[in-house]
Amino acid sequence: MRTATAVAAPIEAHGHNHWSPYVDNGGTTLAIAGEDYVLVASDTRQSDGYAINSRYEPKAFVLSNNAVLGTSGCVADAKRLCEVLEQRAQLYQHKHDRQISTPALARLLSNTMYNRRMLPYYVFPVLAGLDSEGRGAAYAYDAIGSMERVTNSCFGSAETLIQPFLDNQVARNNQRGADPERLLTRQEALKIAIDAFTSATERDIYTGDYLEIFIIDAAGVHKETRELKHD
Amino acid sequence: MDPVTLELPHTLQRPGHAVAQEPMTRPAGPIVTGTSVVAFKYRDGIIMAADCLASYGSLARFRSENRLFKVNETTLLGAAGDMGDFQYMKHKLEDVMTHEYDMDDGQRLGTKSVYKCLSNIMYGRRTAINPLWNAYVVGGVDGGERVLGYVDLYGTTYTADAVATGFGKQIAIPMLRRRVEGRADEISEEEAVAILDDCMRVLFYRDCRALNKLRRAKVTAQGVEISEPYSLETNWTYAESIVGYGA
Repeated sequence: MRTATAVAAPIEAHGHNHWSPYVDNGGTTLAIAGEDYVLVASDTRQSDGYAINSRYEPKAFVLSNNAVLGTSGCVADAKRLCEVLEQRAQLYQHKHDRQISTPALARLLSNTMYNRRMLPYYVFPVLAGLDSEGRGAAYAYDAIGSMERVTNSCFGSAETLIQPFLDNQVARNNQRGADPERLLTRQEALKIAIDAFTSATERDIYTGDYLEIFIIDAAGVHKETRELKHD
Repeated sequence: MDPVTLELPHTLQRPGHAVAQEPMTRPAGPIVTGTSVVAFKYRDGIIMAADCLASYGSLARFRSENRLFKVNETTLLGAAGDMGDFQYMKHKLEDVMTHEYDMDDGQRLGTKSVYKCLSNIMYGRRTAINPLWNAYVVGGVDGGERVLGYVDLYGTTYTADAVATGFGKQIAIPMLRRRVEGRADEISEEEAVAILDDCMRVLFYRDCRALNKLRRAKVTAQGVEISEPYSLETNWTYAESIVGYGA
């Protein structure tokens, strides 16, 4: 750690006088849980302000226990959080000779994030996998580790565009004659995820380029990549 | 920018002094700075350029700095931002490479590993709220695969066909999107040099912190090659037609 007295720096400062360790790199992630599967979809654009850093920089990661961690927010924090979680999942495997369950990993993620309460990971993760009964499980978090098991969730720069759409099409809240308990079939979930992203890409400048969709079921993780608008 | 002030815990206070000492301060910004680094993939590997200027604010202070650094036989590093922090990083990476040599295990540290090491240092420093004020571009050939990555003072990392820092992100990237993105495999060395020189020329026209004395470097299967400083041909006659510029 270096110590120095403040130098009268010839800095071309334009107004801002405090350095923030956080950046929002944009991008969107959603998850939809079904009876025997769970779906995670994220775009692959990474931005910094109005600049596109990369058109293909994935922000959803397959972990060794076949859970998928979808992220949004600050990529530096997101990548580190994912590494920490994967290390812990592997340590669990070495210690107990079996993979960590998704519900256990979900709680571990909550604790990992709360451990950084004083300098939070600026990440809004969604963790998806199968629970012990083989049902689709999705967990949504805030940046300090508050967590909730959900049937659908969307975080990131297009969450305000996509979440209301999921509330309507997946949760079917407040709709006459609709059954809010009914879970979506795979085909329905896939169509809704794709429509959500193509629509969000129209209006959100931080979402676009490619869409990565992960479908997790008893057979494993199936990944599919689709194109979104590149503008 | 105001310096960030932190108070040390009492256990770290020197004895005999009042607890309320002068708080530790940290430089809150870059001092001697380098401007853009531009790099992209082409058929044979990676090509990168940076000019030789280290500015002190708006003063063109050091005019023959080398901002391109050969980390090992396969890895090239380009630096923008604080040149002091860059020198620190160079020492740090030299230490890493020396340690690897001392291991004498027949293993080489590939470009991806150097990139990861660099990224971890940058992320560690930003998390300690004591960032190294740089944006780095790492280029190399790792096991026959071209690697081109970016890391900055926030620990933000990404890989792409074309990468640039600072003003180069605004000016060179749009040009490279048209001329490189999606066709990196078709670009010959001759064309790559032409594209890169065009980017550096426009940057010299528009970036007040740029210098028309630059180095170009490439990484191919044959290794890293950094050029001697050279200049680009410029044409300022356009200026005459810009209202309010000259006459």
